[in-house]
Amino acid sequence: MNSAFLRRYSLPYLFLAPAAAVMLLIVLYPFLYNIVIAFSNMSLYHLRDWKFIGLEHFRTIFAEPALYRVFLKTVIWTGVNLVFHLLFGVGIALILNQQIRGRGVYRALLILPWAMPQYITALTWRGMFNFEYGAVNLILRSFHLPAIPWLSDANWSLAAPIIANIWLGFPFIMVVALGGLQSIPRELYEAADIDGAGWWVRLRRITLPLIKPVLVPAVALGTIWTFNNLNVLWLVTNGGEPADKTHILVTYVYKAAFHYYRYGYAAAFSIVIFLILLVFVAWFLRASRERKGVA
Amino acid sequence: MRKSFRSAITHLVLLLIVLATVYPVSQVVTISLRPGDRLYSTSLQPIPDGATFEAYRIILFEKEFLLWMRNSLLVAITVTLLGVSLASLAGYAFSRFRFPGRGVGMLSFLVTQMFPATMLLLPLFVLLRRLGLVDSLPGLVVAYVATALPFCVWTMKGYYDSIPVELEEAAMVDGTTRAEAFRRVTLPLSAPALMITALFSFITAWSEFIVARVIIQSRELNTLPLGLESLAGTFQTEWANYSAGAILVSVPVLILFLALNRYLVAGLTLGGVKG
Repeated sequence: MNSAFLRRYSLPYLFLAPAAAVMLLIVLYPFLYNIVIAFSNMSLYHLRDWKFIGLEHFRTIFAEPALYRVFLKTVIWTGVNLVFHLLFGVGIALILNQQIRGRGVYRALLILPWAMPQYITALTWRGMFNFEYGAVNLILRSFHLPAIPWLSDANWSLAAPIIANIWLGFPFIMVVALGGLQSIPRELYEAADIDGAGWWVRLRRITLPLIKPVLVPAVALGTIWTFNNLNVLWLVTNGGEPADKTHILVTYVYKAAFHYYRYGYAAAFSIVIFLILLVFVAWFLRASRERKGVA
Repeated sequence: MRKSFRSAITHLVLLLIVLATVYPVSQVVTISLRPGDRLYSTSLQPIPDGATFEAYRIILFEKEFLLWMRNSLLVAITVTLLGVSLASLAGYAFSRFRFPGRGVGMLSFLVTQMFPATMLLLPLFVLLRRLGLVDSLPGLVVAYVATALPFCVWTMKGYYDSIPVELEEAAMVDGTTRAEAFRRVTLPLSAPALMITALFSFITAWSEFIVARVIIQSRELNTLPLGLESLAGTFQTEWANYSAGAILVSVPVLILFLALNRYLVAGLTLGGVKG
């Protein structure tokens, strides 16, 4: 029995073992250790002599206004980014899917933002948002529009990283959508033409339903990546400037952990973030009834 | 007549989008060419007056750029090799076999994507610190492989799913083993997905900043992102040098991306994934 089991499954387990080992060591072990830290008073000053303090950090987190304020900004950050990624990504893919000259060149140029290393994009946009010398304000001024204090005014400081992130994120959706569009049989559109369907009807009835299976996992992945994107917001706003007013959940926790050394608090906060995301993604995949596509 | 009008509009729209897409990149080029006394220019010219390659000379020969480059290359190449081999094997197991733990395994690869960076980074940091192991390139390699693996495994699995099993079975009729059939038949057919996986692993390692910032402390282990950030840390000081460095770092990745451009659409089989 035992040897039959081994003979039957040895190949897949053998193939899986190296990847599983890395994931167990670098993901599962820290994950469990994070739970331990979350229930402790560990900090820079209590690195070795820490003790369990139960649910205290969780009580603090839910009692503070910080969680709700930062959570709201995270929702805005993720929502606005995704809407524009989809709008631009799918829109441009629809244009590029037509018979047009120079299609390959356009596609190559439009992939540029995805190819640029994210931190360079972020640092470059930080420079472009500079009040005095940044390109964005110089362009606004040349159209006789007022310059905007992108990085120093808390009302604008979330808009700046959002613009940078929309710029760098749409090519991923564009490429995925192009792949989906190319697999739609041409006959469907020919049939629609015979029935006299306009472009709106064709878009609603043929194109969108047929690229939905490709887009749903891409949007799920995009949501996760955007929700947890530390790089862009951190680097564009230089760590949450002005005065820690521009944070999403991950940057807020990163600062608590590595600038304020509140290890236990940050570990507990990380778990809260993870659970929020888990619930949302589970709901999203269920709601779009495409669970098979990813899980 | 109407048709050519429509195509003109299409090209106009595309050109506008391309302009918005390329402009930030061209900005970096412009700033990298500015002479030292014109860094605070308010001009919008693409090629500045008195353009000079001085910043490139400074970054290459007066900064530790080549050292950062060496560290980043070492890390990125190791991560790519490990990422591609581990993912091509694991993806195959998920695609071709039904075994106890398969569903849980695949789901957990997906769930790890939802961990906020701090949730792994903080325990990892505390652990390494207590073991005295912070500050090493191998530490960085393992962390990056774990970051890139889930996406790579899913991509490989999705692609294998689209290759008919019959091809392997035909080879096995001739007496080859399953593992051999995988190596000789399926793997070569999966070139597009392997390209994507390699590209993704390389870029993950080449462009990562946050994890490196926490793990690496000594200057001689700085990777490119850490080094460049130190130049851009304050807007006033080294903006031209930073931009020159950014161009030097981005160009290899851009070339890689453009060379593999045609694989991108074919290899990203997100939707082709079957249960």
